[in-house]
Amino acid sequence: MLEQPAAASWVERLTLTNFRNYASAELQVTATPVVLLGHNGAGKTNLLEAVSLLAPGQGLRRAAYGDLARAGGRGDWAVAARVVTPASTVEIGTGLQPGTATSAASGRIVRIDGVAQSGSGALADYLDMAWLTPAMDGLFTGPAGDRRRFLDRLILCFDPGYRTRAAQFERAMRQRNRLLEDDVREASRFSGLEQIMAETGVAIAAVRAEAVAGLIATIAARRQANPTSPFPWAAIALDGHLEQMLRERPAIEVEDAYAALLARGRERDRTAGRTLEGPHRADLLVTHGPKQQPAKQCSTGEQKALLTGLVLAHAQMLGQRLERGAPILLLDEIAAHLDDLRRAALFQEIIDLRLQAWMTGTDRHAFAGLAGRATFAVVDDGSIVVSG
Amino acid sequence: MAKKTAGPEIERLIQLLSRLPGLGPRSGRKAALALLKRRQDLLVPLAQALANAADKLIECPTCGNIDTTTPCTICQDQRRDGSLIVVVEEIGDLWALERAGVINGRYHVLGGHLSPLDGVGPERLNIASLLTRAASGEVKEILLALNATVEGQSTAHYVMEQLEAVTLAEPLVVSRLAQGVPVGGELDYLDEGTLAAAIKSRRKI
Repeated sequence: MLEQPAAASWVERLTLTNFRNYASAELQVTATPVVLLGHNGAGKTNLLEAVSLLAPGQGLRRAAYGDLARAGGRGDWAVAARVVTPASTVEIGTGLQPGTATSAASGRIVRIDGVAQSGSGALADYLDMAWLTPAMDGLFTGPAGDRRRFLDRLILCFDPGYRTRAAQFERAMRQRNRLLEDDVREASRFSGLEQIMAETGVAIAAVRAEAVAGLIATIAARRQANPTSPFPWAAIALDGHLEQMLRERPAIEVEDAYAALLARGRERDRTAGRTLEGPHRADLLVTHGPKQQPAKQCSTGEQKALLTGLVLAHAQMLGQRLERGAPILLLDEIAAHLDDLRRAALFQEIIDLRLQAWMTGTDRHAFAGLAGRATFAVVDDGSIVVSG
Repeated sequence: MAKKTAGPEIERLIQLLSRLPGLGPRSGRKAALALLKRRQDLLVPLAQALANAADKLIECPTCGNIDTTTPCTICQDQRRDGSLIVVVEEIGDLWALERAGVINGRYHVLGGHLSPLDGVGPERLNIASLLTRAASGEVKEILLALNATVEGQSTAHYVMEQLEAVTLAEPLVVSRLAQGVPVGGELDYLDEGTLAAAIKSRRKI
């Protein structure tokens, strides 16, 4: 293998038990990119999903935990990994125990170095994870909610407390929506909930604005460093009422203004059957920079290139900000929609960003550019064989 | 269906014990077995204690606490400061504060929190009786010791607004618990929300 700078944080060993189509499998890799090859349905994406569960949250597919168990099994599953970070090497274990599959809503078991954790949130201290899957191909043409979730996941990598605030906002909004639905008119029933929505909502908008500003700066730096990159630079902006107000006024004033807006808007929201203003309505606007064309109007290939560029910019931003370096990247079917030039550029970026990327594909030739610089493994119906 | 291993009386005992918080079917059986083995010194006295409690339990009409006397032991205690009422969501919270032994006021148990999603409105909570107590003239301060959850905080907000409407010669002091750095806690381990709360409620030393 060629000499190359190794990833700062990476998965060294992955063991699956009763996970998806794997009864039992193990994979040992190095601090270099990993290419998983195999025919459709062989279980390549399942492996990426297993890796994604080494970070907080519900994983790549946002599947119910009970659904991750192997068909015909007892309902239990486990993913164990040895993870190397600049600070230490840790053993991470996660899964469901037999008989708990039906209560999958209760969350998965997480152990770090054998010590049980109260939730997957503790994993945020070890690994960051970003992914790009075929399901995200419609990100620019689909609903704003998908783009918000995309941005929110990028934010979670450097602000773990974001999840709590988002959950509080969501909870308070649902309680308020129910009051509207129940035809409650008493103002004092609303004001407490609206106060919480204002505090958490403005905090959410502020963090998003900061993240977008960071991304814009990174994109500008990338443009300067590589003006001819085949990944077109994206012009991004946040479109939202709170975000707009935050550009003009201090956060504390925006809080009061948003609370007042909610109070004034009760009857309008009641008619609409939902809360019409807030961070839950914001959108991430993406424009193809060189063409000055909205991303949703670009060709499929261009959209993929834009999105890949955004994910790479985020990885670069995290790599510069965090001690533990760039996140692990999960790139499902990444070769599809990217031409030879873009594929070669992607592989070079992955090497340069010093991150462990896990990529899947059906065609070995598509990854020829990584020969000698990545671990190749062939996945076939529940077995994984490293092929050099 | 699994074969029965014990008579209906024992099965029923196991079933009921399994429903206690913290117990499941397995630990319910374990507890039942312990009771069966120690019939004289555990089972019989426990049955007696349960029967007595079931017979005498009564919700205090003043504060909503559950006790075997009315008004409850706390409301009757003359050594407590009647000018301070500590408002809590549940009796468990009252017990927690009593265990800590740091406050010598009287209590008011709301019996839950406002939650439109669960159909809990103000009429389901002991709020009207709190307003009556607040208007009695004896009370000077009301401490809202509610949970720092969305529901707890919005309930606190609602109660506060209701208390503001109570007209008195001397205005009531309405306070709430501080939020921030836990005793013995390290800043490095706190989430941003808690740190922000700690900074907001900082005080001069």
